[in-house]
Amino acid sequence: MSLYTREAIIQHFKNPQNYGQIKNPDIKIKHHNPLCGDEQEWFFVFNKSKEKEKWTVKDVKFTGSGCAISTASASILSEYIKGKTIADIQKIQTSDILNMMDLDNLSSNRIKCANLPLDTIKKAIKNI
Amino acid sequence: MTDKFKNIKKDFPIFARYPKLVYLDTTATAQKPKCVIDALDEFYTTCNANVHRGIYKLSEIATEAYEKSRKVVAGFIGAKSKKEIIFTRNTTESINIVARSFLPKIIRSNQGTVLISSMEHHSNIIPWQIMKKQLNFNLQVIKLTPEYELDMDDLEAKLKKYNVKLIAITHISNVLGTINPVEKIASLAKKHNCYVLVDGAQAVGHIKIDVSKLGVDFYTFSGHKMMGPLGIGVLWAKEKLLEKMDPFLGGGEMINTVSWQSFTPADIPYKFEAGTPNAAGAYALGKACQYLEKILPYIKEHEENIMKYFIENIFKIKDLTVYGPPLNKKIGIFSFSIDNLHAHDISYILDEQNIAVRAGHHCAMPLHKKIIKKPSTVRASFYIYNTLEDIDKLIKGLQKAVKILK
Repeated sequence: MSLYTREAIIQHFKNPQNYGQIKNPDIKIKHHNPLCGDEQEWFFVFNKSKEKEKWTVKDVKFTGSGCAISTASASILSEYIKGKTIADIQKIQTSDILNMMDLDNLSSNRIKCANLPLDTIKKAIKNI
Repeated sequence: MTDKFKNIKKDFPIFARYPKLVYLDTTATAQKPKCVIDALDEFYTTCNANVHRGIYKLSEIATEAYEKSRKVVAGFIGAKSKKEIIFTRNTTESINIVARSFLPKIIRSNQGTVLISSMEHHSNIIPWQIMKKQLNFNLQVIKLTPEYELDMDDLEAKLKKYNVKLIAITHISNVLGTINPVEKIASLAKKHNCYVLVDGAQAVGHIKIDVSKLGVDFYTFSGHKMMGPLGIGVLWAKEKLLEKMDPFLGGGEMINTVSWQSFTPADIPYKFEAGTPNAAGAYALGKACQYLEKILPYIKEHEENIMKYFIENIFKIKDLTVYGPPLNKKIGIFSFSIDNLHAHDISYILDEQNIAVRAGHHCAMPLHKKIIKKPSTVRASFYIYNTLEDIDKLIKGLQKAVKILK
C-alpha cells in the first residue's frame, strides 16, 4: 500500500494543524534536516509552574516547508503535545510518532523526515 | 534506443536481479558491468596478497595486477606516465590531497586567492574552506550565467582583480549537467600564472578525457561513477607537481627509510599511497576503463538521444522547472522541481513504482540556496543502460505523484 494513500498522512500534509507563528513565544527554535535541506521553525507558549518538568504546553505552532512526512509528523505532534507536560514530551519516541502516523515501518532515510519535528521539540525543551 | 545498445543492459547484472528497476541515479553511482564485478572476484581468488610487500610469487602477482591497472588508467585518461596516477578512495580524497599537500606550497598566510565556481559539489568546496582556516586566504566563487553556465566574464574579471593561485572547478556539474570549458579555463589560468584542479567525477566515463590536452594541473575522479567499484578513485597530477608536494597520509608503503625521528618519502606515486591500498578495487577499475574504452564513443550519442527525448516529454508535467543549460552544453543529468511539491515526496512515490531518482540538494547546498533558490530538487540522470522507455515510465510516475500530492 502506498505511503501516500494513508489518510493520516495525506490529511495532515494537505491541511497541517497549528501551522503559523506565535508572537512573543516563550521559546522559538529553528531546526534543519541536512539530508533534504528542509527547515522548520517552532514556537511554544507554556503554562509555567515551579518545576520545569511540570510546565505544560499552552500553545504551539510551526512554519517551514517540508515533505509530506515531516509536515504530517509536525502537524500530528503539535496536536499531541498541547496540554502535555515537559516530562511527557521527553518520553515521546520515534515509534510513538510512527504509531500516530499509522505507519508500521519507514525507510531509515524517511525516518529522519518523520523525526525532524520531534528532534526540534526535544531540542526546544532542553533549552528551557 | 540506439540499436548498438539494445542488449547492453544485459551486461549489468543488477537489472537481471531487479527486472523492473528504472535506475536514474548514475550521477550518484553507476551500475557495474559483469566484467567489473568478476574482476573483484578474480582478484581475490587468483591474486590476493598484499602488494609491494612479499618476495613470494603470489605477492608479485598481486603487485603486477595492481600496477598493470595503474597503466591502464593512465592510458585511459591520456596521462604521460603511470607515475602520475595516484590511487585514492574517491574524488573527495583526491581533492583533499591537493588541498592539504599542495596548497600550502603556493599560498602563504594572508596571501592569494582560491577560485571555485557556484556549481561545485561540497567535495570541491569544503577542502578549501578547511584550508582557509589554516592559511587565511581569500576564497572567491565564480558566478553562473542565467543559463546555468559558468560566467567566463566573471572568471576573467576575478583573475584580473585577485591574486589567484588556484582554480578548483568541476568538469561537469552533478546538479545541472553543465560541461565547463576546462581547456579555455586552463589557458586563461596560464596567462595569470595560476594552477587548475578539475573535479572530473561526472566527466570520466561520459566524455573522452585527455589530461595531456586539457592543460590542467590536477584531475580527480572516482571509480564508482564510471562503472568501477566503490572505494577506489584517482588523483592525476603532473609529475613535477607531485614531486614538489609533501605526503598526505603517513604509514606503510609511502616511505624509503624510517628512523625513530624522521623518514624519507618513497618516490611518486607511492609517496601518496600510505597503507595497504585497495588493490582489488584498482584492478577492477582497470577493467572498467577497458570496458568503457570500447563504448565511450557511443555513450555521447546515446546520451544525446536520451536527453532530447527527456526534454521533448518532461513538460507534459505541469508547473515543472528544469535547472540547466541548453542540451548542447550538458550531459544527461537533469535536476527539476514541480511547484508546491517536495522533492522527497516525488522521489518516494517514484520509488513505489521502482524508479530510482535522487532527491535533495545533491551535495550542492550553496547552489540550491543561492541560485536554484529551492532547498531541494529531484534529479534524474542517465547512462548507457537507460532507455527511452525509462523516460516514459518516469513521466507516468511523475503524473501519478502530482495526482496524489496536489
